[in-house]
Amino acid sequence: MKQFFEFVKKECFHIFRDRRTLIILFGMPVVLIVLFGFAITNEIRHARVAVLDYSQDALSHGLVNKITASTYFDLAENLRSEKDILPAFRKGDIRMVIVIPNGFSRDFIRERKASIQLLTDASDPNTATTLINYANAIIGRYQQEQTNLQHLPLTIHPEVRMVYNPMLKSVFLFVPGVMTLILMLVCAMMTSITITREKELGTMEILLVSPLRPMLIIAGKVVPYVLLSFFISIIILCLGSWIFGMPVKGSILLLLSACGLFCLTALSLGILISSLTNSQQTAMMVSMMGLLLPTILLSGFVYPIESMPVPLQIVSNILPAKWFIIILKDIMLKGSGLRQIALPMGILGGMTCFFLIVSLRKFKIRLS
Amino acid sequence: MTQSAITTTALTKRFGNFIATNAITFDVAQGEIFGFLGANGAGKTTAMRMLCGLLRPSSGEARVAGFDIYTQTEKIKQRIGYMSQKFSLYEDLTVKENIRFYGGIYGLSNRQIRDKTADLLQRLSLEQEGNMLVKALPLGWKQKLAFSIAVIHDPSIVFLDEPTGGVDPITRRQFWDLIYESAAKGVTIFVTTHYMDEAEYCNRISIMVDGKIKALDTPAALKKQYGADTMNEVFLQLARAKS
Repeated sequence: MKQFFEFVKKECFHIFRDRRTLIILFGMPVVLIVLFGFAITNEIRHARVAVLDYSQDALSHGLVNKITASTYFDLAENLRSEKDILPAFRKGDIRMVIVIPNGFSRDFIRERKASIQLLTDASDPNTATTLINYANAIIGRYQQEQTNLQHLPLTIHPEVRMVYNPMLKSVFLFVPGVMTLILMLVCAMMTSITITREKELGTMEILLVSPLRPMLIIAGKVVPYVLLSFFISIIILCLGSWIFGMPVKGSILLLLSACGLFCLTALSLGILISSLTNSQQTAMMVSMMGLLLPTILLSGFVYPIESMPVPLQIVSNILPAKWFIIILKDIMLKGSGLRQIALPMGILGGMTCFFLIVSLRKFKIRLS
Repeated sequence: MTQSAITTTALTKRFGNFIATNAITFDVAQGEIFGFLGANGAGKTTAMRMLCGLLRPSSGEARVAGFDIYTQTEKIKQRIGYMSQKFSLYEDLTVKENIRFYGGIYGLSNRQIRDKTADLLQRLSLEQEGNMLVKALPLGWKQKLAFSIAVIHDPSIVFLDEPTGGVDPITRRQFWDLIYESAAKGVTIFVTTHYMDEAEYCNRISIMVDGKIKALDTPAALKKQYGADTMNEVFLQLARAKS
């Protein structure tokens, strides 16, 4: 036990004396959270719209006012004819054009059916889709108000509620994502680097010749990082809830134990990588390419898994990150209990065991 | 003194079709300084790694400090010290922290570690540098420190794998003084080296060529046998004979 304690102490010296490590450990989470929270966001605010209103009556004015009064859209200009539409787009700052045809209110009241046209700049497809959705929602609400006023029968009121995230805050998506990313980075990359560093320096040989058991060497190297990454996940949670109002509806205890489990999964991956590589450079590249990129791209953090092609959807299943993000969202936003998240938790646990067994086997082969 | 520190019988290691050490048989007495020579790739390191329990032999027998290298590696590890070609201390730890760490993993008590540290720093005259990071020390001092740490737990055998690579002649001489000091206390020294002047310092030496031991005797006897003035000539004769 004393041997183990000495080992952990030595490992802490390494961590706290290396400024680069410290920056990665503590600077990165804060920077990423702030970046993703404030700067990189897929919410749209104050998109500039142009209006081409042929009808010019009370109802059409009401609709335009309704749309431009929301924080999503700002009225940029009123167009006079269809010829102005393309030049308006080409100027670049107009995101959407609303075209209201002649006799809008007449059609609406008499035939209970009126159409308007929404044109969006789809050179940025995500933004275009989001804008259309926002606009549809507003138009729907407007229609509903008007039908109530005019006592018209036979209209369907779709009452939309965005459950769990009524304000559609993208931060709610990014906090779990960034947390996953950071834990992956700290646990997997840092452990693989620190173990390969000993190999590179030749100190690993000395350790293996010493009476320390290989298991103890690995555990001694990993334990400080477990504690650190746990600490970091708490920092991220605090940042998320204080700065961005990210709720934690489920039990904190459950959330923390899920974090603990994911730390273990990432660590076991790190150990696996270090048992396959011999230099810090390779370990770093493998962690970057093999872990971080898929975590960012395929885990549902940035791009929704549902919109990926089927093969990629299947691939996403083998990423621990995907399951962890699901767990985090369920606990934080939906307030799920252990029973609801048992499946992803089980999958993470299974992956951890698998990685550990494989890397221990590899480690032994290397020794013999 | 009759008990052997190391005995091997037809110790062999194969990597696929390549035979790294081919049935080597030798005996090292307790307290002896045994030089293990050979060109690069002759199989020295492989043999040494087997004796330290880092590598499992393909066939043959060997006992280190009286323990079997197949079944009792844990016991062997308690009894041996090891210093590799690569510098093996942690550069971002201070001198004292390194001593404390290696003492700790060999299970020394705090009191023992304290005493050893004071003793060791005094012997190497490093009292002033105890709290300095190891990376700030000159290479020669680092090597001497590494050796002293390799014997901190009073092993009965020390394996030194080219310990003086890249060190100037004066420091090398001082390094050998340390080795003699340990040997005088009854520690067996098993050392590989490229420097033929160092070979002269050994009690007995073996010369490996292509995985086999081609010569094994005292430096004086070997020089006589090959009619050479220096160990260097002996070595060249043997190494040339193969090609």
